[in-house]
Amino acid sequence: MVTMEGMRRDLARREVLDRIFVLTGLVVMLACLMILAVLFIDLVRDGWERFSWDFFTHFASRHAERAGILAAWVGTTLIMAVTAICAVPIGVAAAIYLEEYAPKNWMTAIIEINVTNLAGVPSIIFGLLALGLFVYQFDLGQSIAAAGLTLALLILPIVIVATREAIRAVPKAIREAAYGLGATRWEVTKDHVLPYSTGGILTGMILGLSRAIGETAPIITIGALSFIAFLPESPFKSEFPFISFDWLNDPFTAMPIQMFNWISRPDQAFQANAAAAGAILLGMTLIMNGVAIWIRYRFRKKINW
Amino acid sequence: MRYRRLRDRIVETLLLVAGLVAVFTTLAIVAVLLYESMAFFAHVSIVEFMTGTMWTPLFADAHYGILPLVAGTLTTTLVALLVAVPLGITIAIYLSEFAPHRVRETVKPILELLGAVPTVVYGYFALTMVTPALRVLMPELPGFNMLSAGLVIGLMIVPYVSSLSEDAMRAVPRYMREGSYAMGATRLQTALRVVVPGAFSGLAAAFILGISRAVGETMVVAIAAGMQPNFTFDPREPAATITAYIVQVSLGDLPHGSIGYQSIFAAGLVLVLMTLVFNVVGFFLTRRFREAY
Repeated sequence: MVTMEGMRRDLARREVLDRIFVLTGLVVMLACLMILAVLFIDLVRDGWERFSWDFFTHFASRHAERAGILAAWVGTTLIMAVTAICAVPIGVAAAIYLEEYAPKNWMTAIIEINVTNLAGVPSIIFGLLALGLFVYQFDLGQSIAAAGLTLALLILPIVIVATREAIRAVPKAIREAAYGLGATRWEVTKDHVLPYSTGGILTGMILGLSRAIGETAPIITIGALSFIAFLPESPFKSEFPFISFDWLNDPFTAMPIQMFNWISRPDQAFQANAAAAGAILLGMTLIMNGVAIWIRYRFRKKINW
Repeated sequence: MRYRRLRDRIVETLLLVAGLVAVFTTLAIVAVLLYESMAFFAHVSIVEFMTGTMWTPLFADAHYGILPLVAGTLTTTLVALLVAVPLGITIAIYLSEFAPHRVRETVKPILELLGAVPTVVYGYFALTMVTPALRVLMPELPGFNMLSAGLVIGLMIVPYVSSLSEDAMRAVPRYMREGSYAMGATRLQTALRVVVPGAFSGLAAAFILGISRAVGETMVVAIAAGMQPNFTFDPREPAATITAYIVQVSLGDLPHGSIGYQSIFAAGLVLVLMTLVFNVVGFFLTRRFREAY
């Protein structure tokens, strides 16, 4: 027979289970967050002795204590420039098409399915695509241009998805008001929808680039060199026309490649270099993500439809 | 007016072309993989490729059995899931059903940073922190092993699993929880017996995404698992995965068009097919268990 007393005991028992779960959840969550901290502290501690101005201004070297990341950070910067210049306009345009223009038909469905699918393709497969297509078919060689294009394709889905979300957040009423005044679809998009969704688009762009900056596998596949003791052609010239694009064809290395190369050396002295490069790389990713979160937060708070 | 309409037309076409880039990328991936794999299979029999247990394409005595790479990939993936699924689900249940609003809004973005850490950094972590720590418990453990690589990949995909699972659980309507509370259930009982089953299709999708990530993860395994193709399912041993093999070959200087060059495309094709299988299974799982509210 069920008594009041029995029910009370049963409830008390179940409530204890509840409390145990809350504790477990908190512990698991904090453990995961702690690991992030441990990771960062460990890198900084292992690489501490290597942080100095020289580390940034020296090329890789066979002597661990003289090796630096000059070629790596210059390479990463140039690759990111190519990636951003290609991925952002294409990604934003594709998102505008899907949100504002696309009719409900099979072509739209195919584009949508493709965007989703590309987001799930392992990054190294993009490397194989680039190796077969950019390096050999288009004859770009193992160059900065090939690396930048590869990463641009890789982050395209991130930019598209973020931009679509930002565009979708703009209320219908604003579009209708503009149409009511006789604006064409492009005028509505250019003068209203895009300016109001800048925050979301920026967030997507930064998240995409922060992903690209740490990607290693696809650019190893197209043949990044791990030992480079020269810089690409400078984009700025002293004589007319002052700007040159020769650097696009130069071979390259990048921060994650440099770090990977140092990790795989048996000589212990290089581990400190790897840790220092890793700390810088991780720091850059965390800062970029932080900025993205901040932008998302600010724009969400500022806008009051 | 004519000019404006014309401009609108041109813009629309340009935007459509941008949208089609995604389609062309997919087509190009399929074309490149198939084209180079076809050249590979002109030299290697498919039967040997699918059933051989030795993978030594770059040796004088070449063997082309993909099974060691598949075994390595599956083993690291399994270890990763054993970490990511319980942790991810626990965090998701906690955040969705127990945590105060403020905690959820703060913790979720910070957790997502775990997924943003460059994988080469995770590789360093696996090799220099996790493996030595595991060796305290298992002194026999070799310096390169699939266990620490798998554990770290699992950690890396926790935020993907927990974030998607949490979204799925939050989509379960409120009245279902209220009905459960009204019957005298506690929060935990409601979470486990009502919310989790109700969100099953979303949870399945989250796991599938986690599996895809783990199967395709490259740098952690390339750094921490060793790059020796080894036909074993024992996570304590060193082994190579499909992705690690591709990296290893790319690091060398293989001539364009050689059989070694073609072999990475054949391996890549297997990788894509594996992720495809998981995605199809996931698709049907989601459909089979979709709850209609």
